[in-house]
Amino acid sequence: MIELRDVSREFQVGDECVHALRHVDLTIHAGEYVAIMGPSGSGKSTLLNILGLLDRPNAGSYRLAGVETTTLDEEQRAQLRQQQIGFVFQAFHLVPRLTAAENIELPMMLAAVEPDERRHRVDEVLQAMGLSDRAHHRPDQLSGGQRQRVAIGRAIVMRPGLLLADEPTGNLDQHSGQEVIEVLEKLNNQGITLLMVTHDPGLGRRARRTIHMLDGAVEQGR
Amino acid sequence: MRAADSLGFALGSLRGGRVRTWLMLLAMSIGVASVVVLTSLGEGARRYVVNEFAALGTNLLIMLPGRSETKGGPPPLLGETPRDLTLQDALTLLRSPHIRRIAPLTVGNAPVSHGSLSREVTILGSTADLFPIRHFEVAQGRPLPPMDPERGAPVAVLGATVRHELFGNKRALGAWIRIADRRFRVIGVLTDEGESLGQDLGEMVIIPVATAQSLFNAPSLFRVLIEATSLEAMGLAERDARQLIRLRHDGEDDVTLITQDAILATFNKILRALTYTVGGIGAISLLVAGILIMNVMLIAVSQRTAEIGLMKALGAPRAQVLRLFLVESTLLALAGSLAGLLLSVLGILLLRYLFPSFPVVPPPWAPLAAVAVASGSGLLFGLLPARRAAALDPVLALSGR
Ligand SMILES: Nc1ncnc2c1ncn2[C@@H]1O[C@H](COP(=O)(O)OP(=O)(O)OP(=O)(O)O)[C@@H](O)[C@H]1O
Ligand SMILES: [Mg+2]
Repeated sequence: MIELRDVSREFQVGDECVHALRHVDLTIHAGEYVAIMGPSGSGKSTLLNILGLLDRPNAGSYRLAGVETTTLDEEQRAQLRQQQIGFVFQAFHLVPRLTAAENIELPMMLAAVEPDERRHRVDEVLQAMGLSDRAHHRPDQLSGGQRQRVAIGRAIVMRPGLLLADEPTGNLDQHSGQEVIEVLEKLNNQGITLLMVTHDPGLGRRARRTIHMLDGAVEQGR
Repeated sequence: MRAADSLGFALGSLRGGRVRTWLMLLAMSIGVASVVVLTSLGEGARRYVVNEFAALGTNLLIMLPGRSETKGGPPPLLGETPRDLTLQDALTLLRSPHIRRIAPLTVGNAPVSHGSLSREVTILGSTADLFPIRHFEVAQGRPLPPMDPERGAPVAVLGATVRHELFGNKRALGAWIRIADRRFRVIGVLTDEGESLGQDLGEMVIIPVATAQSLFNAPSLFRVLIEATSLEAMGLAERDARQLIRLRHDGEDDVTLITQDAILATFNKILRALTYTVGGIGAISLLVAGILIMNVMLIAVSQRTAEIGLMKALGAPRAQVLRLFLVESTLLALAGSLAGLLLSVLGILLLRYLFPSFPVVPPPWAPLAAVAVASGSGLLFGLLPARRAAALDPVLALSGR
């Protein structure tokens, strides 16, 4: 599913050059459940952004589902993001004026899916997230855990093969965090490839594979 | 993204930012309304003048003493004054078969009194033909009687206001009044017809021309109104008039003839220019509205950075983000224009109510131009914020860095 070869990412801050990723090699197969751990500033988010095609590496090669992505233009990368990748963020990033159902519908709207089909799939996803009775609530009328479940629903409504979650439980209490993790693991059990950045060693242990990062480099463990 | 969805999404985000939306609608509608109302005033002024001239009658020529400087020719020698245009000159004009009638005019100011009441008014010296030429009507009595123009008579026709001020509710017809130091008998009162070319008819007294000339000791006429037999004969009448005067003035072409068309055309030109000018002033307020839209949209872009980043993460390419923001600002501009048109209708109705005699009508191009400029500036000034939104780096946008 994912093949990173010698990927580097540098940021120019003033005169200084920050190496956020150094020569990263990484292979992840379809259906895997991977936790990415490491201290703050070690490059976890940068890695996730590159995997999600939101950012591009300065050097190296990234093949997603067999397609070399580093040579694609902006339009093509947007297309791949739309069809193959779902994002879940620590800060949820729901559109505040839209209801739960509308937030979930948004990616399909951007992808010009027919309205009938959209309604059908939104209902399906709401049900799967256990939010059927919250469909017409706006984000400010939902709890943190419910918001993150809406965000997960939005990430999977286009039925992507890859789900990227950057500290999805970071803003949640123990209980809601547990709920969200269970939802994500259930999706993984249904076949989606799940990559999750987390600071919680307990969560890290639940994953079938853990990747440790340090200062922009990946130390792979099992 | 489907067009209907783009529209719905843009509407949704406009509804989301209430204050900003109302602010921009207000700015746009004021801009559009000011263009339409201002040009309506200009157009109203133009129509007003055109109507006034039409009331004069169309086959009218006006002769004045002296050559018009605008016609060029050698400058007058030092000390040379224009030759008088006499009553004899005026009467000669009737020899032309293309001239139906003439009205010589002498004008001056004099105190008019009756009993202890006295007023300074404009005295018009003319002949009986003045009345049909200028469409003057009498409400009481009769107009100046037809008689030998070179013989005076102590009779006067009063304007309605003068009559009211001197006589109040008493009967004026047949009464004697004093103009300067002479006595006149009131033979008629003009209808209360309002204005003619800015001159208040009510404030005038009309007496025979010869009498006026001796009263003011003015050998030269002020004007001669010449009515041609028809519109087609205007050119011939003008030629004849010039020739007849030249014969009497030792071959010198020393009068100026103005056709009403020429005056009208000049006024028309001036007032059109005025309309365009005020339209331009209105357009500046539209421009200001456009810049305001740009500013507020820029603020909206920075407020919605996270949302834009999210849309990109969800797979919206640059072009789509650009389109969404453009749709938003164009919608705003269009809604603002509509509100502005409504506002201008109210403004025009109010103006009509306040100034019923003034024809306040928007020129047909004004609403179209205003709406076109408004939506154009919505697009133009929406472009910069939209491009900024489209160019946002999704990673930075989402991390709030
Ligand atoms: N846009 C940027 N400009 C400059 N430096 C950046 C940028 N993004 C990341 N960095 C730097 O790259 C390094 C890695 O950042 P990254 O956000 O990937 O860390 P992280 O592992 O996600 O940390 P955390 O656990 O705190 O989220 C950091 O030193 C950071 O300062
Ligand atoms: Mg991070």
